Amino acid sequence: MAFEKDFNLDATELRLGLPGTSEESEKQASTTLRISNKRAMPDMNEDSSVAADKKCDQETAPPTKAQVVGWPPIRSYRKNSLQTKKTEAETCGMYVKVSMDGAPYLRKIDLKMYKGYPELLKALEDMFKFKVGKYSEREGYNGSEFVPTYEDKDGDLMLVGDVPWEMFTNSCKRLRIMKGSEARGLGCVV
Amino acid sequence: MQKKRAYSFPDEVLEHVFSFIQSGKDRNAVSMVCKSWYEIERWCRRKVFIGNCYAVSPKMVIKRFPEVRSIELKGKPHFADFNLVPDGWGGYVLPWIVEMAGAYPWLEEIRLKRMVVTDESLELIAKSFKNFKVLVLFSCEGFSTDGLAAIAAGCKNLRELDLRESDVDDLSGHWLTHFPETCTSLVSLNISCLGSDEVSFSALERLVGRCPNLRSLRLNRAVSLDKIANILCLAPQLVDFGTGNYTTELQPDVLSNLTAAFSSCKELKSLSGFWDVVPAYLPALYPVCSRLTSLNLSYATIHSPEIIKLVSHCPSLQRLLVLDYIEDSGLEALASSCKDLQELRVFPSDPFGVEPNVSLTEKGLVSVSLGCPKLQSVLYFCRQMTNAALVTIAQNCPNFTRFRLCIIEPKTADYLTGEPLDVGFGAIVEHCKDLRRLSLSGLLTDRVFEYIGTYAKKLEMLSVAFAGDSDLGLHHVLSGCESLRKLEIRDCPFGDKAILANAAKLETMRSLWMSSCTVSFGACKLLGQKMHRLNVEVIDETEPPCSRLESCPVDKLYVYRSISGPRSDMPPFVWTMDEEGDNNSNQKDFFFLDMFVRNNHYISNSL
Repeated sequence: MAFEKDFNLDATELRLGLPGTSEESEKQASTTLRISNKRAMPDMNEDSSVAADKKCDQETAPPTKAQVVGWPPIRSYRKNSLQTKKTEAETCGMYVKVSMDGAPYLRKIDLKMYKGYPELLKALEDMFKFKVGKYSEREGYNGSEFVPTYEDKDGDLMLVGDVPWEMFTNSCKRLRIMKGSEARGLGCVV
Repeated sequence: MQKKRAYSFPDEVLEHVFSFIQSGKDRNAVSMVCKSWYEIERWCRRKVFIGNCYAVSPKMVIKRFPEVRSIELKGKPHFADFNLVPDGWGGYVLPWIVEMAGAYPWLEEIRLKRMVVTDESLELIAKSFKNFKVLVLFSCEGFSTDGLAAIAAGCKNLRELDLRESDVDDLSGHWLTHFPETCTSLVSLNISCLGSDEVSFSALERLVGRCPNLRSLRLNRAVSLDKIANILCLAPQLVDFGTGNYTTELQPDVLSNLTAAFSSCKELKSLSGFWDVVPAYLPALYPVCSRLTSLNLSYATIHSPEIIKLVSHCPSLQRLLVLDYIEDSGLEALASSCKDLQELRVFPSDPFGVEPNVSLTEKGLVSVSLGCPKLQSVLYFCRQMTNAALVTIAQNCPNFTRFRLCIIEPKTADYLTGEPLDVGFGAIVEHCKDLRRLSLSGLLTDRVFEYIGTYAKKLEMLSVAFAGDSDLGLHHVLSGCESLRKLEIRDCPFGDKAILANAAKLETMRSLWMSSCTVSFGACKLLGQKMHRLNVEVIDETEPPCSRLESCPVDKLYVYRSISGPRSDMPPFVWTMDEEGDNNSNQKDFFFLDMFVRNNHYISNSL
């Protein structure tokens, strides 16, 4: 079958999971000592909301002993609330929600994982199975009905790529991949 | 035609009599008296509780009870709370809503626990039930604030919207603006689980201001302390209040405004919230402390001296939830101040730390058991325990109905004697004759199960982890605990023998969960084949169980009684063992395809 050759492409495979995840760790299912299996792949789950935060919680805990899944028996929201909001932002990355017009699910990504716009756009293309057009400062995105936009701190809808990367990661609150006429309108803004 | 006996009542009279019988158990008993009582009762049953949504189908419920106004449904097994049940397992409410939309146009109340609720379900609720009043979503997931907007806009007589502990996709705080200006009927609003995105506070204030019957309001963490005084002044009739985060920039008037606002709440009996507490603002609560019966400080990262100060102002306290920052000293203070205490829950502040970060030991629980004669319900996380302490606690508190002890490190022995804690838990079940719920921890042998089987005759729910030596342990429980309804076990050396020997017992229970035990695939198949009123489900995310040997242990097993047969909404990693052998409507090939998709980030276009 066609997919079998992909099993050997670990080295070149783009990963959208958090650092440290790998297929090997998923396959250790026979032991109970492993990172939580519930949301091991935040970006593969359709309703992922706090998934990434949970995973990150366990990874940033002092690594003095292996954690057993589901032990001690405490609900995830309790574990999360023990950290202050500030700590979450500092150690666990910059998580923003990504939605695409017409797609019935949301994803969450960590902006800290990308070094710049090309990486981010490629990740979005893979995540939502679309192609973004060619970007130019004057004309925005050309050649695709999909346009990546984001909502910034002030609530304004902006085109991804208009501001320097650092400024973008600091001000981006949410990503939205727009489609159709709305998108075309935004893409043409000079 | 049968002669009517002189002493038989007309149906209307019986119906009137039955209307005084509210409890489901009593109603069930009434319906078993005779055929005519069965008929009369089923037409006037207004409230139905279904402890396992897969035990019966919606059509069956509707057929038997055509005039229901209130329904309560539970979905996933309890261990789903601790991430032991994979995503996609099931528990979907939509099929129920679809059926009820047609059959129960006058449905008023829906209460769900551990179910998957989609925005589509919520929209359907809003559209279908003209007199809808109560929606409680307890530990649910799968919906967003868009669905909540539909409820707010569509349910003109909404009284209760309670989202406790649910996982909501927070798309926008503006869903609150969807409550029309004409909505004045709210009695209870619990949005404490909503994320850190802004809630439209002005919409919230207007809503609170126009609902004079609002008794219970629980805000989410995003609402800051300076906003609370306003809210309380708009709703001084509140009985139950949950703050947002209890912090704000130090400003001169905040404390005085807050104190005045709390003083105006003469009915306030219950408080919760308290994220990010700044201790300087706690004295604002003093005006209400003397009346407080319930206090949830389990998110408050304040330490023992502050907790003691607060708690010693609360002599009427019946229920306290707190972090282990309270320490043994705080529990001692609690024991001397709060003689009416009935329920105590102590949560760990550092559950994954290896060393204890606070001085909370078995001594704290012993003090409370000694000082609080009405103590009935305990949930206690700690790092050490002794048999002697447990025996003392048991003797002090023969009225326990719920006792859940979690010693954080699995298989921890009595730290003074090095022995297992069998005798300690044995004392609990022996002295506490009304015990309904028990959770075990620490080093335990088969002996503790012998005690449980012998003494715990009223026990309904038992949770076991990392305990026991052999099948004998499980056999004691299954053969001895007459009232057992729910049994959940993880990481215990229990295999086939006890389950197969007690197969009939499983039909008298709601459910059995076993994970990381040694039950073989063959035994599961046998159980499924022999017991037609049980659904035997095997959960295995790595490979289909049928690809292994019959003697191979299954990863997770969930057995529950059902009169509607195997369910049809199982994901590829759940197999039902029924008469046809291991069965899943998705074939093995689809399993591998799905597992590939789940384990790889690329979905190749050629698939």
